[in-house]
Amino acid sequence: MLAILDYKAGNQTSVLRALQSLGIPAGITAEPAALAAADGIIFPGVGAAGQAMRQLRDTGLDAALRALVADGKPLLGVCLGCQILLERSEENKTATLGILPGLCRRFQPEWRDGERPIRIPHMGWNSLIVRRASPLLEGIPPDAQFYFVHSYYPEPRPDLVIAESSYGTTFASVYGRPGLWAAQFHPEKSGAPGLRLLANFDAWCREARHA
Amino acid sequence: MHDSRPANRAHLSKRIIPCLDVRDGRLTKGVRFQGNEDIGDPVETARRYYEQGADEIVFYDITASHEARGIFLDVVERVASAIFIPFSVGGGIASVSDMRAVLLAGAEKVSVNSAAVRRPELIAEGAAAFGSQAVVVGMDVRRATVSDALPSGYEIVIHGGRTPTGLDAVAWARRCEELGAGELCVNSIDADGTKDGYELTLTRLIADAVTIPVIASGGAGGPQHLVDAVTTGGASAALVASIVHYGTYSIPELKSFMHEAGVPVRMV
Repeated sequence: MLAILDYKAGNQTSVLRALQSLGIPAGITAEPAALAAADGIIFPGVGAAGQAMRQLRDTGLDAALRALVADGKPLLGVCLGCQILLERSEENKTATLGILPGLCRRFQPEWRDGERPIRIPHMGWNSLIVRRASPLLEGIPPDAQFYFVHSYYPEPRPDLVIAESSYGTTFASVYGRPGLWAAQFHPEKSGAPGLRLLANFDAWCREARHA
Repeated sequence: MHDSRPANRAHLSKRIIPCLDVRDGRLTKGVRFQGNEDIGDPVETARRYYEQGADEIVFYDITASHEARGIFLDVVERVASAIFIPFSVGGGIASVSDMRAVLLAGAEKVSVNSAAVRRPELIAEGAAAFGSQAVVVGMDVRRATVSDALPSGYEIVIHGGRTPTGLDAVAWARRCEELGAGELCVNSIDADGTKDGYELTLTRLIADAVTIPVIASGGAGGPQHLVDAVTTGGASAALVASIVHYGTYSIPELKSFMHEAGVPVRMV
């Protein structure tokens, strides 16, 4: 059973539908007890860092998430959820959760993708350059592409980088350590490779529970 | 700090987006997949396009009646459980509550057109409520005589091209971006249905005028037209309808052609 964290930040229903299509039991919840009872947590999000952090602080979910992760609960941050696991975001100049070391920066309009200046947001399908093997990416072909929509990108401590993507700059599109991962793209909207990533996370969570 | 490592081969892919017109919960025209009979069910059609590698899908509700709206929202919900790529919904979206209904049903984006021309604040309201990434502005454009009011020589038209608005297409595109649109879908009424190719001059004018992604629409007749739209036209994506619906080309065929032409595309 996976818990999808509900903090009024958008795409939790899409994540639920993707898990349902895989036959993975899952529920959307904002209850710390339900999060603690789950095999793992998916931390989704669409929107702005400042507002998301306010919502997490107002509900006490920020402290609950830190405690659960410290206790070894597997967690996967997606998109905004991937960014606010870090310490700070340039978006709204916000202090974020600080669960993993690093910060979140903005794409700069003068950067180039090929011959042209980049358009912001980075919206559409892009590939991964895998830097480090991870159970999260098991079975995913090296040329697989994923769906991105974001104007800010994570810059975690370099030893946490699992895969990078290129758009004006090279940024970490998957990072983390075993059982605590973050993906900048939307696995729930990235077709077969995205579904595989979610299935990999679920498999890890179930193994961790029985280990 | 800009990364100093050498540029990687990886690039953002150009998207192919099939557009499906839905009336009373059915496709207005059946879609013919190669070797198959016509399919009129929008959910089944979306699933086939998803499996073939469509990068996104647009649904356009051409039902006017209020009663049929519920049928359409049910279609949107069933699509959301059947495909795991983004899709957008347009047609009849005139308020934030219309937007909320389709987003809650599972769409990623809403597309506004005539209603945004009548009341441009709708774009800002949608962006504030759901984020810019969720708001696409569809622009129907027709060639016009260059004048002080229409310096680009392209005019925004509404009601499927029947009603001129006096708005210059480039000025309107910039206004939409300022108001918070996340993407523009530029549909040439002149090119629509011709199969002679996208209106490249128009597409390029708009793509150069804004920094948000532009989707080319209207006129696709063959794979080279898609290549032209994303190279000469500067578009980030190409909308396709009859060229794929009638089985003339499959999405994998279009993508293979684009790949051979050096355009970054997502192969599945």
